Amino acid sequence: MIVPVMIFSINVQSPPSSQASYSAYQFCRALLRQGHNLHRVFFYQDGIYNATNLAAPPQDELDLYSEWQKLSKEHSVELVVCIAAALKRGLLNQEESIRYNKAGHNLAEGFTLGGLGQLIEAAAVSDRLITFGN
Amino acid sequence: MSTLHTVNKSSFTNRALESCILICRSSDGILLLEDGVFSALKSAPNATALEALNQQGIHIYALLNDVKARALEYKIAAHIQLISYDEFVSLTVNFNRVQSWY
Repeated sequence: MIVPVMIFSINVQSPPSSQASYSAYQFCRALLRQGHNLHRVFFYQDGIYNATNLAAPPQDELDLYSEWQKLSKEHSVELVVCIAAALKRGLLNQEESIRYNKAGHNLAEGFTLGGLGQLIEAAAVSDRLITFGN
Repeated sequence: MSTLHTVNKSSFTNRALESCILICRSSDGILLLEDGVFSALKSAPNATALEALNQQGIHIYALLNDVKARALEYKIAAHIQLISYDEFVSLTVNFNRVQSWY
């Protein structure tokens, strides 16, 4: 049977402390292993906590934060974080920290802040949009 | 148009699966993952309903990784198919869309 190559996008709505974020990550790895395309991972609601560069998980736990970054680097996957969800939870890039006069910024490298339009665009251009939530 | 429903909550503590079962149609499938795999137990609250759906031709799947992590491999209902992450991806390709219940 010939398996069609498809374009996927993933919507992560759960924090890294819930299993759903890890499920999303494993699903991304599996679809890339099969030769499908991953257009975008969109982090929404509590999913934005996956994009902080200030988390220091203990050594005997998976460092999911770094795993997202590796995934993005290896496969040029766009990691987009909802800007409204991020700002109200204290996740900022340099530009936003200046705009709101905050003491620092903590958006990890490899992630970008974006609007909900990018979730809609991902749904429009992808064959499949899969949501992982908690 | 077929839908793959994914459910990641246990039917012992959450009603997501019950809602899913109510709107599940004959061409659909249900995948249990994370704590959702507890619903695959023979003793789970929605076990009879799941088996009835299966007899109507709706396939019920459970993610093997999550079943193993909870040591449930030998306790789940016989009609439920255990699948890998690679097979999970194939299911999302074969069904027209995916509805996540959580």
